[in-house]
Amino acid sequence: MSPLTLVFLIAALAGLTCALAGVFLVLRRIAMLADAISHSVLPGLVAGFLLAGGPSLGPAFVGAVLAGLLTVLAVETLSRSRGIKQDAAIGLVFPTMFALGVLWISASYGNIHLDTDAVLFGDLTLAPFDAWRIGNLNLGPQSIWLLGVAFGLTALFLRILGKELRLATFDPSLAKLSGFNPDLLHFSLMAIVSITSVAAFTAIGAVLAVALLVAPAAIARLYTDSYPQMLKLSAAVGVGSSVLGTALAVLFDVSISGLIATVLGIAFVSASLTAPRRGVLWQAQAQRTTKLNHAIEALVIHLSLHANTSREAEESLLSHLIRELGWTPQWTRDVVEEASRRGLLKENDQRVTLTSAGQQLGRS
Amino acid sequence: MVTLLTDYTTRTILLGTLILGISCGVLGVFAVLRRQSLVGDLLAHATLPGVALAFLLTESRNPALLMLGAAVTGIAAVSLATWLSKRTPTDLNTCFAVTLTSFFGLGAVLLSIVQKSPTANQAGLDKYLFGQVAGLTQEQVILMTILGSVALVGTIALTPSLKVLTFDPTLARISGLKPERVELIQTGLMILVIALSISSVGVILVSALIVAPAVIARQWTQRLSVMITLSALVGGAGAFAGSILSIQRDNTPTGPMIVVILALGAVTSVLFGTALGVVPRRLRAKKSQSGGAS
Repeated sequence: MSPLTLVFLIAALAGLTCALAGVFLVLRRIAMLADAISHSVLPGLVAGFLLAGGPSLGPAFVGAVLAGLLTVLAVETLSRSRGIKQDAAIGLVFPTMFALGVLWISASYGNIHLDTDAVLFGDLTLAPFDAWRIGNLNLGPQSIWLLGVAFGLTALFLRILGKELRLATFDPSLAKLSGFNPDLLHFSLMAIVSITSVAAFTAIGAVLAVALLVAPAAIARLYTDSYPQMLKLSAAVGVGSSVLGTALAVLFDVSISGLIATVLGIAFVSASLTAPRRGVLWQAQAQRTTKLNHAIEALVIHLSLHANTSREAEESLLSHLIRELGWTPQWTRDVVEEASRRGLLKENDQRVTLTSAGQQLGRS
Repeated sequence: MVTLLTDYTTRTILLGTLILGISCGVLGVFAVLRRQSLVGDLLAHATLPGVALAFLLTESRNPALLMLGAAVTGIAAVSLATWLSKRTPTDLNTCFAVTLTSFFGLGAVLLSIVQKSPTANQAGLDKYLFGQVAGLTQEQVILMTILGSVALVGTIALTPSLKVLTFDPTLARISGLKPERVELIQTGLMILVIALSISSVGVILVSALIVAPAVIARQWTQRLSVMITLSALVGGAGAFAGSILSIQRDNTPTGPMIVVILALGAVTSVLFGTALGVVPRRLRAKKSQSGGAS
């Protein structure tokens, strides 16, 4: 495979794996915990490097996953102590872990070839050349192996514990009654998130790992209430944005991981605006429709009250309606237009009269 | 140590970080009490595209210009995240995470363009991630000190309103305080302080400088006025000590130094803080238990 094909493959695999693992982060409203985990794997990587005496896949991976779990544990412990809320605990723990990592690297200056910029942004263009070797055997890019393992674990986890996790997420007390331990479930979810972040961020960097964990699931959530559909949609958005972002970044020769995160951000904002039922524009439209319905009702009642009376001619004048109902001329225009479109009234010569359908509505 | 304090530049640097540490400490109290601890983190990450854009457009490294860019994208990100969380069913946590990563990602894209341009003198932008006080120029430090003082004065002036808003929202409404306006000023001050702190602490770690002093102070007192004073002192002392240590060792970035010092303080306070600390509470519980038995 050409390096470029591999770049696309790694990006897509990262998108898929993170998007699946992220669904429960979004459902449980703990997205910022992923941010904390992904920043804090740095000291774990350093520890793994030092223990193994060099950049070696296994120890670094284990070290980083442990650091992620340590972060979760520290955040949970702190947010249970008095006077510290969860957001403060997160805001305290992850910079500390990251700082320890940075200091550790600068203290063993020259011994560790770990670029802190690369930890944050990753370098997807180099990932295909970072091959995993055992002896003389070249097994292909490390990232594919790591992400493959993470994907397998995530899929397995969701298959085995998906149901329990859903119950614990939506109905914690019932989950407790049914006999499983929410804390244990929470912790295994966090372990999966840690493994996924670590696998993803060696190729794509800490920040992008968070973007891929949270954004696809958040977008999927705007479109569906069903859990299986959310999983599918999230996976599709994750893979789609990764491939699109990579293609654009290669085309314009800019940071791949940065552009994927940008694409995800734009996709999230567009979805927030346009998603059916939940989107801002959709809701504004729905509000306008409701308001219009009420206004038409008021207009029809007003007209039918004065129908066949001596004042009918005067009361049905558009200019009179504007005054009597306290509407702006523009709004009156909109209401009358919509009502005549619905066949409730007819308009001619600055006057409106009810149709038979309108009269029926007015009487009911 | 003595030579360190007699050198003019070093003295100005230390004065600057001290003032910024104090400002962060005071602002942090309200951020922590109002559950906005992660606003600082979002703001800091979101300044990256602003700085890169300001640099790309003007090709100058004038700190005031870069700071302006930082403020623009910082405010944009916080407003966007807050607006989305209010207008859509997506929770604030998720909105923060997505906004933070996409703004930072955009920053990475712009930065990769900066690094390609042959004319640009890009040195210094990488310090942006972790901060290094030793690299600051004289004029940067003076600007930092002046604006830092402005932020500190502004924060102190805003404190009474924030106090009312935090603890007595009803009284705040009755007395005609506009919550949106107070929050806007608070965010503005936070952006100012963060944009100023970035050159010394760096983007990733600035949130700790805001959160840690307040968390530490909370463990030692139940009174707000004491908490503010204590948090200011801790913030100032932490930033000051971190800067000294970082200047003494040539290759140590300043931000991580400050953060580790503050983190040690936080752990100590959670354990031994006289108001809420674990150990004193256990002791008090034991005492009242044995008192009840006798």
